[in-house]
Formats: sequence, structure tokens, C-alpha cells
Amino acid sequence: MNNVKALLFLLLAFSFTAAQAQTAQPSAHKAAPTPDKQSSGVATSWRQVPIPALHQFKPQEPRRVQLPNGMVIFLQEDHELPLIDGTIRIRGGSREEPAGKVGMIALYADVWRTGGTKSKTGDELDDFLEAHAARVEASDSADSTFLAWSSLKENYDQVFPVVIDLLENPEFRQDKIDLAKQQFESLISRRNDDIDEIAGRESTKLAYGADNPYARTAEYATIDAITREDLLQWHKRTVAPGNMILGLAGDFDSADMEQKLRQIFGKLPAGEPFVPAKITFNQPRPGIYFVEKNDVNQSDIQMVDQGIDRHNPDYYAVEVMNELFGGGFSSRLFVSIRTRQGLAYSVGGGVGTAFDHSGITRFSMGTKSGTTAAGIDALRKEFDGLIQGTVKPGELKKAKDSILNSFIFEFDSKEKVLSERMRYEFYGFPPDFLERFRAGIEKVTAADVDRVARKYLHPEKMAVLVVGNAKDFDRDLSTFGKVTAIDITIPQKKAEKSGSN
Amino acid sequence: MKIPFPRTLAFVILFSFIAFNLHAQDVASFEKRITVKKLANGLTIVIMERPEAPVFSFYTRVNVGSVQEVAGITGLAHMFEHMAFKGTHEIGTTNWPKEKVALEKVETAYAAYLKEKLKEVNRDDKKLAALEKAWQEAVAAADEFVVPNEFGEIVESQGGVGLNASTDRDETTYFYSFPQNRLELWAYLESERFLEPVMRQFYKERDVVYEERRMSVDSSPQGRLLEQFLRAAFIAHPYGRPVVGWPSDLKAFSATDALNFFHKYYVPANMVVTVVGDVKAAEALPVMEKYFGRIPARPEPEPLRTQEPPQEAVRTVLIHDRSQPLYVEGYHRPDFRDPDDAVYDVLADLLSKGRTSRLYRSLVRDKRIAIAAQGGSFPGSKYPNLFFFFAAPSQGHTAEDMAGPIHEEIEKLKDKDVTDEELESIKTRAKADLIRGLGNDQGLAFQLGEYQALYGDWRELFHQIEEIEKVTKADIRRVANKTFVEPNRTVAVMETEKPKTPPAGPAKGEQK
Repeated sequence: MNNVKALLFLLLAFSFTAAQAQTAQPSAHKAAPTPDKQSSGVATSWRQVPIPALHQFKPQEPRRVQLPNGMVIFLQEDHELPLIDGTIRIRGGSREEPAGKVGMIALYADVWRTGGTKSKTGDELDDFLEAHAARVEASDSADSTFLAWSSLKENYDQVFPVVIDLLENPEFRQDKIDLAKQQFESLISRRNDDIDEIAGRESTKLAYGADNPYARTAEYATIDAITREDLLQWHKRTVAPGNMILGLAGDFDSADMEQKLRQIFGKLPAGEPFVPAKITFNQPRPGIYFVEKNDVNQSDIQMVDQGIDRHNPDYYAVEVMNELFGGGFSSRLFVSIRTRQGLAYSVGGGVGTAFDHSGITRFSMGTKSGTTAAGIDALRKEFDGLIQGTVKPGELKKAKDSILNSFIFEFDSKEKVLSERMRYEFYGFPPDFLERFRAGIEKVTAADVDRVARKYLHPEKMAVLVVGNAKDFDRDLSTFGKVTAIDITIPQKKAEKSGSN
Repeated sequence: MKIPFPRTLAFVILFSFIAFNLHAQDVASFEKRITVKKLANGLTIVIMERPEAPVFSFYTRVNVGSVQEVAGITGLAHMFEHMAFKGTHEIGTTNWPKEKVALEKVETAYAAYLKEKLKEVNRDDKKLAALEKAWQEAVAAADEFVVPNEFGEIVESQGGVGLNASTDRDETTYFYSFPQNRLELWAYLESERFLEPVMRQFYKERDVVYEERRMSVDSSPQGRLLEQFLRAAFIAHPYGRPVVGWPSDLKAFSATDALNFFHKYYVPANMVVTVVGDVKAAEALPVMEKYFGRIPARPEPEPLRTQEPPQEAVRTVLIHDRSQPLYVEGYHRPDFRDPDDAVYDVLADLLSKGRTSRLYRSLVRDKRIAIAAQGGSFPGSKYPNLFFFFAAPSQGHTAEDMAGPIHEEIEKLKDKDVTDEELESIKTRAKADLIRGLGNDQGLAFQLGEYQALYGDWRELFHQIEEIEKVTKADIRRVANKTFVEPNRTVAVMETEKPKTPPAGPAKGEQK
């Protein structure tokens, strides 16, 4: 739901970028190649350019405070600009909502803020905050809700009370519930307009099962079923210090801030610890799946499977494999399918790695209708090459260098360090997980990559989804096997006459 | 999991309101950390010292965009941007002298093929097939010498992140971030790619770019709408043409065209290179001068001649589409150097920023006819452009339903002064947004580079806020009355086409 919303607010986006290869991770200063420069001092090959040692750098760790009621607070001073930004992450998210009320947590997060507090309407909050160039916004994810705020330092003492008021006295006014429901329903009505949105949504259902809480989608009926009482109950159930992690970054004194926050939150009772529900993840059913979209000239192809979680000892080898196979500019998929064959602008993917459940292994590409089958062939050929072949030492080195040399960008700002720490705290990972990550990557060998490729990539077990315009395909999809058509017709609202709630 | 190539949704309007306000002493603190130098060849270097972490970001901004294209080569500015990742005489080749010869043969073969293909009379299909084969064989022969994507591979394996580039109507930009100890390596790589770019694998990359067109325009409802909208709004000025290019041109232009375009527009005087991060100007400047100084000075290209003539009647585009409805209308407005530029910025904020904005409150909150509504300037700023109003109708409403309520808001702007609170609030936000944009290397590099390129002085970034500060209620009414008049309006409407047969699910995996 959130993605759809984001999409709509960027509806006019219209820019053309070459390609985005984003790497995420580690550093090591490899021995610099011997400087062998000409007298002018200008290198004539990149290999001649000296690479000195990286400046010493110790990232500033946030101050961690745990209150007796269990609430964890991280304080990260950053005096560069006169700003203070904060986030509270609260346990419990959309994966907990009842199947008959999918969309409830998204609606909750929306109306938590727009519905105002007992003493102030959401509109009054809007006026107040905008006048101070401040923001307080709630959001949601599968496992959490968030309340985040940002203000100039000079307005912090006026803005933070709004946060507290929203935590303690949210009102969830009915008019804003109605408005949000109308917007959510409009988003449902728009969800089949864009092939990438269709492909993302339907392939996730194929990977996890259509009823899985990470995959299921809101419908008119599930939105209709949500009541104000549901939102109040959810708030009561989750918003308690024992379920919250607060992170604050900016221009403040942390000793002073700690005192203030202790006074505000320390007096509150811990609340019931949030116990997440057990979730079942179905294995994808292998085969070819097809969604007809006859107003496009490009197909979106997705191949999906279940991946791993980050506790898995193979995590590091998988990350290296992902980098060399489907990661950046020099990955096999990019070089073969985009650069050499010119089949796609967008192609890539990898084995999914989530913190507390199996991520989705996903490989995707967009190719013209007339090369849809050729695109699937090309992806499969690359899988076969990786699974049946062996990784070359040079290829391994490139992938590891890419992760290790860019490692510094994992913690090159105080805000990044803070959000990493909050994430580890939330998922129960050790605070030095980043360091372990670096060490883990360094140890990965070519044999490890070969092994994990065979262990986690099973093209024959993957679900292959094509969203596109069949009349222009180069080959009938049935030449790949039995084709299962997916009906994406949006279930219509029940007759309006029954009245609303 | 990494998602390799998301479309960068860098929408122009979001950047048009980068106005800022800091106190004099803050500007002074930037003065101390910023060094600007124009090299002998005309290239401008901007360095800002910001030693927060041992990294730096850069932003190369070239004063060339799709507005420089003429019929037959639309999309070429963007195509060249892709080619700037293909390497040089040193990078991406196993044997440059031989590859050079092979690439020349490709061009000769392609020219012969294209000439036959475009013949208006007496085209010989047999000959055409033979010429196409000869061209493809020449391509295959040249490919023998290619080390694919070596440029990107070096950047990535050396720790570069965010490697990307972007082409718009007004400018082409290149950027990524590196660990601080790779400054010299970066200076080598970045200067080298504009010193001797090689058009290798050009025709495969042209296919890639065509896929980008299919993704962003042909297969995207809003892409289809906006292409038609701009086409209608501009009849003479190149803002009316798609950045990605027309299909015919994407299937015709050559590597030779791309190199000619490069030589004409990628002249050092047309480039600003900005570096922000853990660098010392005293050390970085000589390094940058050494490498970027290698690019030979060339004459500056001629300025654009064509101007959009005044619009004298409403223009309307109506698209019947299978998608849900969308509405956009636009009014011609002057370029960024106009004295009223800041007034348009204030209007954009007033209409669009947050839940207190007028379009949100009217169309979304009160009338509940739209799920999103906004206004702002588009699609460029260097030349007279458009002030647009956009809305996505909520379920059950047509695109046409948007027109009345949008015009009501427009009339309000013309007839009634904005309140003191509204105006004050906008000015406060302008100041805060400026500050929020100063907290990271990449954002700073983008902004400093943009202002240095557009105004010839990065300080304009800070002075802009004073212009916002000066905007009065009367200015807003005057500009609204001047701009939002019917003959100056272009409307593009996308309405949902009623399916002729019920939209049953796909019959089966049948095709062809």
C-alpha cells in the first residue's frame, strides 16, 4: 500500500538515467598499485594512479540508554546543522493484521497522524507544523510502525510535544478515516495501470503464497471492514515503552536530552510485550505465470523463489554471489543481457536476504514484447552458467573489492550509524554486525560462491512471471511449459446499498 | 536485496524550489570552505571541504541537454550520456588501434545501410538486407576488442557507490561517490571519459535506450500523457520533444552523430565539476587541474535560437486510455532569470507543499475528488517553461472533473491576497528546506554545481532566499493574473476508455 502511495505522489516523474548500480558495503585499502607515473605527473593508465591509505576514521557511536520499562533510546549528536530529527520504531506491523482487514496498519499509520489528538485536529497539527517548517509523520512496514519528526533546533520544544501527544492521545477522527479509506480504494482501482507494479505484486504472491502477510494485498472489502475501534485497539496493543526504540539525531546535548527523555518516558509502564504471530511461507509453485496487459510494448519478467535470512552462515557468500551475478555494472546479468545483447534497460536481481525471515529471491528484467521469450532464455542461460560453472578468481575479487572498498559508505554519516544501530537492536543482531559482515565477506572463497549458487539457485523450481502483451511475443510462452494465467481483475465493491458500516 | 536499476524519480519540480536562507555568517562559513577555479581551458572546478567521513561525492554538470537536439537526432544527448560509460582508449579495450579501425568500418557500413533504408524511392530490399548483414558483421568484428563495462567495473571495485548519470532538457549530469583516498583515481577516470570517449557497442546500447523509452513512455500511462502534453504545449521550442527521443530517431542516429554532438557541446567551458567531502582544496585543486586541464579548449557552442511564440489559444489533448484518469494543465512562464522567478517558487509551495497546500485542501481533503494534486514549474528552467497543475482523480471521478476546482483555485489566487500566515509559512519553509539540503556530500555537490552552472556563482543558492523573502501578496496576484489566462493554457486529459468487451482475465497463455 505504501509503495502505491509513493508512486502516486511522484506521478509526474519523468527522467532518464543511464543506470543505477548501487553498491552497499565494506572497505579495505588494497595495496596501491606501484606508482609509475610520467614526469608530467599525469597517469596514463588507471592502474598507475597511486591510492594512499584511507584517512583514519572511527564512526561516532550513538549513546544507548535503556529505561527500566524496557524502552531503548539512542542519542546521536550531530552539530553540523541546526536540526533535530527523531524516529520511534514500534514493534508490530502489517503482517499481524487480520486477513479480512488487510490495509489496516497502513490505514492506522495514515490516520494516526491525520486524525489528530484529543485536543487538536490533524488539520490544526498540519497548520502548526507547516508554519514551523516541521514534520511529524507516521508510517508502517510489515513488522513495525514508525513515528518520525524533524524540526529546526529552535522549534524542538514545540514540536516534540506533538509527538508525545500523538503517542498518548491519538483520536483517529472518523472524517480522516473516511478520507484515507477513499484514497486507499482509489489506489486499489489504479493498481493495474503500471506493469512494474503488477509484476512486483503478483511475483511476491508467487514467491510467498497469495495469503502470506508479506504478499497479500488490500481489497475494497478488507478496507471497508476496518473500523475506528480496530485502530484504537492496535494503538493500545503496540504503543508501549517496552515495544519502542527511539533514535534522535541532531544538534543537542545528549546528557541533557537523556534526562529529558527519561523524565517523559521513564514514568510510563512497560506495557505488554508484543508477541509476533507465526507466519507460514509457502514454497513457490514452479511454472510459467502470465498476466495479459495489452496496452504495453515491453514485458516485465520476474523469476522468484524464497531466499535466506541473515542468520544463515551462507549470508556472506550469498552477498558476494549477488554482487557478481546480478549486482552492478560489471555483474554477469548486466554485462550479458544489457550490454552485450541489448535486451533490457533494467535487469538484475539476487537471492533475497531478510533480517528475520526468508527474503525473496528475485531476478527481473524489462524487455520489448518481441524478445520476451528470448529474455527468459537469456536469464536461464546465465543461471545455468553460474550453477554449472565455476567462478573465476578475478570475478570473485572484483565482487569482494566492490563490497569491501565501499564499506565506508555504510557508516559515512552519523544518521546512518544511528539507523543501523536501531535496526540491529530491533532485530536482535549484535551491535557490531557491520564489522562481522566485513569479516564474513573477506573470508568468502570462489568455492563458497559456487556452493551457494548450487544451493540457493534453482531455476527449475522458480516461478516465472510475465506481464505483457502476448500478441507480440516472439514465442508462445507455452513452449516453456504449462502456462497459468493470473486473473488480476479487481474484485468489485459489494453493492453500495448495504450502506457504509 | 539490491534492486539494481530503479528509475530515478528525480522530478524537476522538486528541485526547482531550492531556495535557501542562511544568515550572513553561515554564507561566510561556506565561503571559507569553498574554492572555485576556472581552468585555462574554460572548465570550472568547485571544491567544498566537508570532512565528516573519509569519502567524497562529485557532480559533473554539462551545459547540454535534449534542447540542443534537432530533428533526426532527438534522444542523442541522453544516448551520449549512456556512451560515457563505455570507456576510453585505455579502458574497455584489448587493443585500441585495431578497435579504432574496426569501429570506423562499423560506421561506414552503418551509413550505407541507413542510406538505403531511408530511401524514399527505389529502395532495394535485397541490397538493404546485404547492407544490414555487412553492418552487423562489422559490429561483431569490433566487439572482439571490447572489455565490456570496464569503466563501471573499475569504479565499483574501487569502492564507488551511486554510479549514475542523468539527462534532462537543460543539462546532463554525472555522479558517484568514492572513498577519500581515490580522489586522484577519480580525477583520472572522470577527465578521461570526456577526453577521449569511445563509441563502442553503440548500436546495442541504442537498443538499451529504446527499452528505456518503452519503460518510461510507451508502457507507462503518465509517460504517454506527459509526452503528448509537452508536444502540445510547445510548438517551436525543443521543450516539446521527449528527452528520450522519438522512435524513428532512436532507430537511426549513429555513433558518428554522437561523437559530433560530443565535440560540439562537451567543451570544457560548458562543464562544471563539483567535489564535496573529505578533501583539501590545496591538495585536490592541483590534482584536478592536472587531469581536467588535459581536455583541450574548444569554442563554445552557439546559443539556442528558437523561442516559443506566445500561445494564443487553448490547446487540448484528450487521450482515451485503458488506465485510470489523469489530468494536467500548464501555462507558459518565463525562464529562471526572470525577476518573477521567486514568485513562481512561492506559488508552487502555496499550491503543493504538504497537507496545508491549497490544492491538497481543496481537491483532496474537502472535495475528495483527487488523491493527489500539485502545481509547479516544468519541464526545465533555462528557457521559458510551464507552470503546471496536475491531479490524479479519486475513484469515480473523471479527469475532466479536475478542471473546475483547479480553475477555482486559480481564480482565488488572482482575486484574493494570500494570508500573512500562508506567506510567512512559505518563507519559513524555504529557509528550513535550504538547511535540510546542506547535510550530505552528494546533495551539496548537486546544489553548488547547479547554481554555479546556472548563475555562474554558487552563492546564488543562498541569495535566492532573499528573493523569496521579498515576494509580496501583490506579486502573487500580479503573476497569477499575468500567467493563468485561458489562451495561455494547454490541457492534457487521460480518460479511461470503456472496454469493448468485459475485462475477463486473460484467456490463457495463448499468443500469436
